[in-house]
Amino acid sequence: MAIGLVFTGFIIYSLISSLFWLPEFGVAYEVEGYLSPFFSPLIAPGLLPPWFSPAILVLWIPLGFRTTCYYYRKAYYRAFFFDPPACAVGEPWFHRRYAMERKFPFILQNLHRLFLYLAFIPLAFLWLDAFLSLRHHDGWRIGLGGVLLFVNAALLSGYSLSCHSLRHLVGGGLDCFSCDARTRARHGLWQRVTGLNRNHAMWAWASLASVIAADVYIRLLAIGLIGDPALRF
Amino acid sequence: MAETILWVLRGSDRESARWIEYRVETEEGMVVLDALHWIQANLAPDLAVRWNCKAAKCGSCSAEVNGRPRLLCKTRLSDFPEGEAITVEPMRAFPLVRDLVTDVSWNYQVNARIAPFAPPADAPEEAWRWQQEDIERIQEFRRCIECFLCQDVCHVLRNHETENEFAGPRYLVRVAGLEMHPMDQGDRLAYLRTDAGAGYCNITKCCTEVCPEHIRITDNAIIPLKERIADRYYDPIRIAWRKLRGGSEPGEPPAPAS
Amino acid sequence: MAEVEPRSHDVLIIGAGGAGLRAAIAASEAGASVGLVCKSLLGKAHTVMAEGGIAAALAHVAERDSWQVHFRDTMVGGKLLNDPRMAEIHAREAPQRVRELERWGAVFDRTRDGRILQRPFGGHTHPRLAHVGDRTGLEMIRTLQDRAVATGIAVYQECTITHLTTTDGRVSGAIGYWRADGRPAAFQAKAVVLATGGIGRIYEVTSNSWEYSGDGHALAYLAGAELIDMEFVQFHPTGMVWPPGVRGLLVTEAVRGEGGILRNRLGERFMWKYLPDARRHEYAETDDEAMRWVEALTEGRQTDARQPPELSTRDNVSRAIYTEVKEGRGSPHGGVFLDISYLPPDRVRRKLPSMYDQFTELADVDITRVPMEVGPTQHYMMGGVRVQAETGATTRPGLYAAGEVAGGMHGANRLGGNSLSDLLVFGQRAGVAAARAAGALRAMPALSASQVDDALAELEEPLVRGAGDDPYRIHQELKATMQSLVGIYRTENDLDAALASIAELRRRSEGVRVDGPRAFNPGWDLVFELRNMLIVAEAVTLSARMRTESRGAHSRLDHVLSDPAWEHLNVVICPDGLAMRVEGTPAVALTDDQRTLVNKG
Repeated sequence: MAIGLVFTGFIIYSLISSLFWLPEFGVAYEVEGYLSPFFSPLIAPGLLPPWFSPAILVLWIPLGFRTTCYYYRKAYYRAFFFDPPACAVGEPWFHRRYAMERKFPFILQNLHRLFLYLAFIPLAFLWLDAFLSLRHHDGWRIGLGGVLLFVNAALLSGYSLSCHSLRHLVGGGLDCFSCDARTRARHGLWQRVTGLNRNHAMWAWASLASVIAADVYIRLLAIGLIGDPALRF
Repeated sequence: MAETILWVLRGSDRESARWIEYRVETEEGMVVLDALHWIQANLAPDLAVRWNCKAAKCGSCSAEVNGRPRLLCKTRLSDFPEGEAITVEPMRAFPLVRDLVTDVSWNYQVNARIAPFAPPADAPEEAWRWQQEDIERIQEFRRCIECFLCQDVCHVLRNHETENEFAGPRYLVRVAGLEMHPMDQGDRLAYLRTDAGAGYCNITKCCTEVCPEHIRITDNAIIPLKERIADRYYDPIRIAWRKLRGGSEPGEPPAPAS
Repeated sequence: MAEVEPRSHDVLIIGAGGAGLRAAIAASEAGASVGLVCKSLLGKAHTVMAEGGIAAALAHVAERDSWQVHFRDTMVGGKLLNDPRMAEIHAREAPQRVRELERWGAVFDRTRDGRILQRPFGGHTHPRLAHVGDRTGLEMIRTLQDRAVATGIAVYQECTITHLTTTDGRVSGAIGYWRADGRPAAFQAKAVVLATGGIGRIYEVTSNSWEYSGDGHALAYLAGAELIDMEFVQFHPTGMVWPPGVRGLLVTEAVRGEGGILRNRLGERFMWKYLPDARRHEYAETDDEAMRWVEALTEGRQTDARQPPELSTRDNVSRAIYTEVKEGRGSPHGGVFLDISYLPPDRVRRKLPSMYDQFTELADVDITRVPMEVGPTQHYMMGGVRVQAETGATTRPGLYAAGEVAGGMHGANRLGGNSLSDLLVFGQRAGVAAARAAGALRAMPALSASQVDDALAELEEPLVRGAGDDPYRIHQELKATMQSLVGIYRTENDLDAALASIAELRRRSEGVRVDGPRAFNPGWDLVFELRNMLIVAEAVTLSARMRTESRGAHSRLDHVLSDPAWEHLNVVICPDGLAMRVEGTPAVALTDDQRTLVNKG
């Protein structure tokens, strides 16, 4: 139940922040060289009407990735669909006949890997943003905002690299690991992903929290409520 | 000598089964099965409970203790708050035989439908070599003691009346062990998608939670199988790639993984 | 005939452990229609509890190993009382039976060059046990179960057999009841294979499961077949001693095979004291040498170091632990300490996963950090139905036996790992022989209506009797009697007292009464198991009384030495009217070749 509430909170915050907190409505998403992770990569903001959030062009990727994620599926099937609400308990009557992931729409969960491929694109830009934030006004700085962007990029990498589909793609689909040099190499990768995958749920929550934290920080900075402590040189 | 109160659900059909209270003399380290044996020897000689090894190796004594599927021989009385009654009832997902015994024959019927291990008929002795790393995944699956607790707890079987459409976690684990065997040439993906109903699993992981052998059923068996099914049936890129190369159609083994 | 329609099969197999399943596969592949009856669910048989491995001279780890060495080890371990033909067949065929399991999908641990890994075990000259961590029995039974089901045999689960029928002196079928509802069950067959396992439930402290009530021993005896070597009951040196609920639960010999050290309360590694002089040269001389052996094993390389003293044969280690405890040097709960915690925790968890779980979950002991407490526990029955080495044929036509229920293979003491290979080798042979015998018989023997009626009436009696004794009580008294009077050490006085007690319990058991319905009634189950256990208990005690010497697992405090005169004698039990007859019978002699092999070591 707690998971459901927290999850709902995250979703509501993300929607408000990414769709409505635009310069048009008085809140910038980019300030002092920091770009909110919801908006990265920033695609052609000049060509869009000012009320249209450029985040929409990107956000569907991480959203799709997380929606079809094996961990989040467990979490929301339990929290939102009560299917099941918990282990070894009854379910609401309206579940009696139910196709689970055999029919539309949930059969689309099988496309998780496509979102995985795509998710690496914004991820690359998030790393880029973090590095770019080091250079500001012709000088170098390590600001708290930059640290948050780095942490965020690292946690999102952890989340992406611990993905079940990636685990399958790098080596899980093989039946023989030791057969030749290539399968041995893939076994090595598979073992690494497997190691990360054990904590996929942790990565999922931590990276969600870091995205929100980075966004909150940048928005507070933008409206001037806080300053950005930084080492400059 | 301490005393523990056990409530045991007794009867031959679900409607008329009754909770009976027993006061059991307990000593240190006792498990629920010990308590039931004490009841048999002292209070109710006809109390029906299935058990064999009493060492968590045979998977016979599955039941639900305080509403949670468990092995009776592995559940210690000291795991529960002192002074509070402990409830013991038969597994709910299977038809009742009597008291704590259920009819689990359905599981054996499902098992019989799985295509058996299929190595190449003419493989020479030398081909039967592989490394420990090739089989560690399978060895985890083969730890299964067939206690059927995962089948019992799985909400798809427990709450959705899908016995004819879904094989259940136990048998997805068995198929995973066959599909990932370095020598197996069988192809069970079509079976998995249709008859075994792998899509019914919505990975809510209760099976993993109750497994007394700590097999990571969902992460290591079911999800990898779902991914293999996706390889063949749902991944548009792979399907297009196979078509382009004039490769095999769904239902046949896919081209060797890229 | 009464209200029961018999099911017909060429070959009926009673018991679905390793031997029964292997026999079923063999008989089915030989073209027979096979019925497999088991009193538990399929795949739950006691074989699942076997931990250490399957002994077979594959020579994957020690190239010098061969069937000849395995044969010698088996005979020496059995104090030369084994049927040498069985020991030879076993040693020769075990490797093939193990490889076959792999072809059927078993997944054994691997050597570095990718072959089946073998581990050392007590009494085996070389590392010889093919294994899967410490759950080899589970791997074996699951493999056989899947294979058997795929061959299309009929499996009758949770069906208890209480009587064998005979037709014209030939065993022709079986009668019992379905446990789920208590209805009578009848089978007719051209050949019947007993594969019912052991007898552990006649003892208080045993590693055996609920099934082990000597059913096959008693069924064979009641059908007029001979039992052999019944005085040889193996006490495994290491069972759990605490908590009370799991007392007797097996701690696999693999713990010692992986380097486990036995110590008493004073911290002494006492096994040094108990090595028999004749075999001392096979064991390490110092802690250092033993440690080098363990290190080599851990690193997977060959070594000249000899094995640690803990790997002495089971009978010897059991007596050593018993003596240490008796003389006041035991651990707090009446055992001794077994320590594997000096090895890296990872290795312990990988090589002994079930032991790790067993101790953390049942005793709150982390074996990677502290020693276990262990003590002897009844484990195996060397004795059993007397069979022909090549076929498993008993002394009754139409009746075969394989596995633990059969006697002769292990002589006075079984080596660890030899039981799983025994199941495979002789299960296969019995299956083939039974199928062949069935093929030679033109018509299905008719069941005698009177035999069926008598059996069914006997089944009914305890349920309808007005008043009577409680079977649980009698069983408890039987266990106490056997534990205290017919245990590791025996004397004539004790054995006489035990016989008197067994006779009294038998008298009481004939008037037991059971409450409740026929469906899944454990009290009713116990009535017939009790009948079987009393027969077995009497056979064990009579045989032990007759053998006035100490040999292998049979230790007499009033005859502490081995007597050369007994080296060539087996004790045989058979029914004589209502009484039990016991007599010495000449053991099968070794051939010259076999003698040469035995004397080599």
